[in-house]
Amino acid sequence: MRYLPKSPQDREQMLREIGVASIDELFSHIPDEYRLNRDLKVTRQLAESEIVDYFQQRAAECAAGYANFLGAGAYNHYRPVVVDSLISRGEFFTAYTPYQAEIAQGTLQAIFEFQSMICELTGMEVANASMYDGSTAVPEAVMMAMRITGRSGAVVARSLHPEYREVLGTYSKYQGIPVAEVPFLANGRVDLKVLDQATSDQTACVVIQSPNFFGTIEDVTAVADVAHKKGALLIVSIAEAISLGIVKPPAEADIVAMEAQSFGVPLGFGGPYAGVIATREKFVRQIPGRLVGQTVDQQGHRGFVLTLATREQHIKREKATSNICTNQALAATMATIFMTIYGREGFRELAGHNLAKAHYAAQQFGKKAKVLFEGAPRFNEFVVQTSEDPHIINNRLLAKNIIGGFSLQKFYPELGNAAVWCCTEMTTREQIDAAVQAVAQ
Amino acid sequence: MGYPNELKYTREHEWVKADGKTATVGITNYAQEQLGDIVFVELPKVGAEVSKGKSFGTVESVKSVSEIFAPVSGKVAAINEALATAPEKINNDAHGSWMIRIEVKDPAELNGLLSAADYEKFIAEEQGH
Amino acid sequence: MSHKKFKKVRPHPSQNEGLIFEKSSPGKKAYKLPPLDVPQVDAAKLLGSAGRQDLGNMPEVSEFEIIRHFTRLSTWNYAIDLGMYPLGSCTMKYNARVNEAVARIAGLANAHPYQPEKMSQGALRILKLLSDYLLEITGMEAITLQPAAGAHGEMTGILLIRAYLESKGNPRKKILIPDSAHGTNPATAAICGYTVENLKSNSAGMVDVSALAAQMNEDVAGIMLTNPNTLGIFEEEIHKIADILHEKGGLLYMDGANMNALVGKTRPGDFGVDVMHLNLHKTFSTPHGGGGPGSGPVACKKHLEPFLPVPVVVTKADGSLGFNYDRPKAIGRVRMFYGNFGMHVRALAYIMANGYDGLRLTTEDAVLNANYIRKKLEDVYEVPYKTPSMHEVILSHHRQARQGVKTGDIAKRLIDYGFHPYTTAFPLIVADHGAMMIEPTESESKEEMDLFIEAMRAIAEEAQNEPETILKAPQTTRVSRLDEVTAARKPILRWKPEKT
Repeated sequence: MRYLPKSPQDREQMLREIGVASIDELFSHIPDEYRLNRDLKVTRQLAESEIVDYFQQRAAECAAGYANFLGAGAYNHYRPVVVDSLISRGEFFTAYTPYQAEIAQGTLQAIFEFQSMICELTGMEVANASMYDGSTAVPEAVMMAMRITGRSGAVVARSLHPEYREVLGTYSKYQGIPVAEVPFLANGRVDLKVLDQATSDQTACVVIQSPNFFGTIEDVTAVADVAHKKGALLIVSIAEAISLGIVKPPAEADIVAMEAQSFGVPLGFGGPYAGVIATREKFVRQIPGRLVGQTVDQQGHRGFVLTLATREQHIKREKATSNICTNQALAATMATIFMTIYGREGFRELAGHNLAKAHYAAQQFGKKAKVLFEGAPRFNEFVVQTSEDPHIINNRLLAKNIIGGFSLQKFYPELGNAAVWCCTEMTTREQIDAAVQAVAQ
Repeated sequence: MGYPNELKYTREHEWVKADGKTATVGITNYAQEQLGDIVFVELPKVGAEVSKGKSFGTVESVKSVSEIFAPVSGKVAAINEALATAPEKINNDAHGSWMIRIEVKDPAELNGLLSAADYEKFIAEEQGH
Repeated sequence: MSHKKFKKVRPHPSQNEGLIFEKSSPGKKAYKLPPLDVPQVDAAKLLGSAGRQDLGNMPEVSEFEIIRHFTRLSTWNYAIDLGMYPLGSCTMKYNARVNEAVARIAGLANAHPYQPEKMSQGALRILKLLSDYLLEITGMEAITLQPAAGAHGEMTGILLIRAYLESKGNPRKKILIPDSAHGTNPATAAICGYTVENLKSNSAGMVDVSALAAQMNEDVAGIMLTNPNTLGIFEEEIHKIADILHEKGGLLYMDGANMNALVGKTRPGDFGVDVMHLNLHKTFSTPHGGGGPGSGPVACKKHLEPFLPVPVVVTKADGSLGFNYDRPKAIGRVRMFYGNFGMHVRALAYIMANGYDGLRLTTEDAVLNANYIRKKLEDVYEVPYKTPSMHEVILSHHRQARQGVKTGDIAKRLIDYGFHPYTTAFPLIVADHGAMMIEPTESESKEEMDLFIEAMRAIAEEAQNEPETILKAPQTTRVSRLDEVTAARKPILRWKPEKT
């Protein structure tokens, strides 16, 4: 087998030196009754060309070449080629977790830069080296808020991504964390009055997403006031990270639980992505996940190390801040490179394109159908309510090689025939015009 | 390093300075030697209740976390804020770095503590094993 | 010290490279967007007070500087592509390039998770085929590919146990975990609302079965076992262990981190395991990427199937594949979408490249390699457990400790010889925190292993004759003995501009 670097001769010599007659002897202590005496019923060895062929066929069965108006937690942004050129270097992608700092300075410095840039973008003081994704970052942030406040209980906006809420539901069910949901108003923003009522001195945190699932930007300051008045922490989830280029960062938040997939991580049918938790310095010892810190070596050279490791599972075991071990380091490295490529000016321009495309699209859709949640600013997503079922419209669009917006019937049935549409810098005017045309024909 | 006679000791390597109603607590030189460089100390809030034999906080080195146990029960009257920014004080002078002051509930509990001589014997046995 | 002494290739130590922020200068750029084909908007007007003024200290650099910056950083890393990682229980094997190529095919790499099912048949078929193969490999009956990593899989698995027991009327209170377990095990049990009770190992390093029988009662929901355990030893009585659990209504969870010793030779489903997780980034060669992403599928027996996270892949009446969300007993979701699909693609490519015979040969080579290393080092390093090793071997620093040289020191010195250290001081049950946990994997040639053995033997000699050399190690790296104490006391976790 071509991955195994030993010749039959090597094997024989090694067996001799070990002092056994055959390889079977090395497995002889596995009781007979458990030993597999047949071949596994999996494929025969395939040639590399056959493997590539298999996956190319599968890819062809997967909407290749279609334009796409889907957002809803996964965003179609252009990935500069430099991202893959760099992270495809074996020294990055085949490296282990940087526990041995002396021979992992590449990974450590890249992650330190990641942490720094996430802080710049979010307005937070410290960021970790990644969580699994935006959806799991939310329950981790909630558990962090519980540790900090000593309270149990979360108040969550219903405009937080439905699948994020489901994940929070799983974590909270089994830990007995009460979760209350707060509705949204006609302008798409969370209902502050209900939020105020739902938040008490037992509430550890309030959780909102901004821009939320409908693309609406929340009034973070107002929400923060409600939360802080009751001694609860504010957690802001961000699913579309590009928004940070043009939308005011949630500086009043205590914890930001975000998804960095928009920063050069491929859509990849849902994963791997890159969650991040960022927070204030005073909460740093409660943050889950790895942290890279700057230090000096014996000669006074600057270097980087994993630090505050005592929070983590390999030391605190059952008292750890989280059970997370493997994170999403390579995806975070992709994000670091992406953030570096766009940088200060590029982010704003890129976010500006997203804003312009979505604004144009919303205006055009508005001529044929109803665009919901007017009255509050949006970023690159908006909700369109139509007379026809969104699936019918989308089927029409498929004929034009376009995948339309994400139907909200399953998660927000009260909105009727509604779908959330996303426009990024990748969306063309032609595609927008074609999509609008397909609506209410 | 000697173990001051005016202090009392526990088998969990805390020292206690008893003064009628108050007990001042820290960890011993042996403890800080075992821990290595201390990077963080987690202490309870003033006013919190502590119970004899139960953990009231932790001491962390880079690669380990150790619990600190209350030698007597009572209420936390004061904590040494300096340790929050300079935990290395404990490494430099364990017996001179106090952690918490407890308003003792039952002074009889102080009777079970080890004298300096007994403590020295205890750690010699521990090391011997 | 002569460098001729070291035959092994090593990363480039002499590149000098600052932080990207230190190269930043206003006006430098690395991007270009196409012209806007829709009307320009006035962001300030549209967003009002929600608008952002300034991106502060985000860097401004040019494209080539970015290429140089990250290329230079990469030269400071050790990686599997450069040489062996003897890290125990990490299974650092070759990350095949065909895996990377197929994961990047556009139709797969650019698939949106919410695109219509009928446009996602290719992805669904990959999920199904991988699931089928993993079920066959593990001998289990149902599987979810959703968890993002091993620890995430552990959580999912323990939640399955919890949900199952709840459906029987009582979730119970405790999980038993051997004292040799990986830290994620007790951390996971705690997150799932269970308390952890320690299970003692016997002198052979295996679970003390009579102690288990005594500890087992109706308060115990289950036991989390790694098999082979973290000492690299196969739990020969695992069926008895399963029986003791099952008799009193408990379940057996297996941490699949060490599957590299079992694939093709034996199957957890056949020896009594109820639920287990796999680490695709270990056994199935998906890359470590500097710490992730991984993937931690969870496989279980029929009785736990109803509780699997939603959605599950199903074959519809018309033969096409789809996702089923109508699962009332499910524990819920453990993450959004369907899992780390990019890792599923890679793992499937790995299984295809190996085939049934390659998989078995892989396991055999993994075990052969570990035993070879054990044989060649057992005269100079203590072997604390005499039981046969499987794919990893545990040594201890007992002899070297007499000269004041410990496992961590030997590990640092190994760096000078061109290798990444083995796993130090774990498992905790090895006396005096002296463990040296070595797992070569099947990917190592005899040549590479002989270099490793030579290095370890040279260090053993140094420990006898010149221990100070070891204590000063590593001496050939770009930075040495970084101050972790100050990093923990006064953490600096981000770059900040120097105050002018």
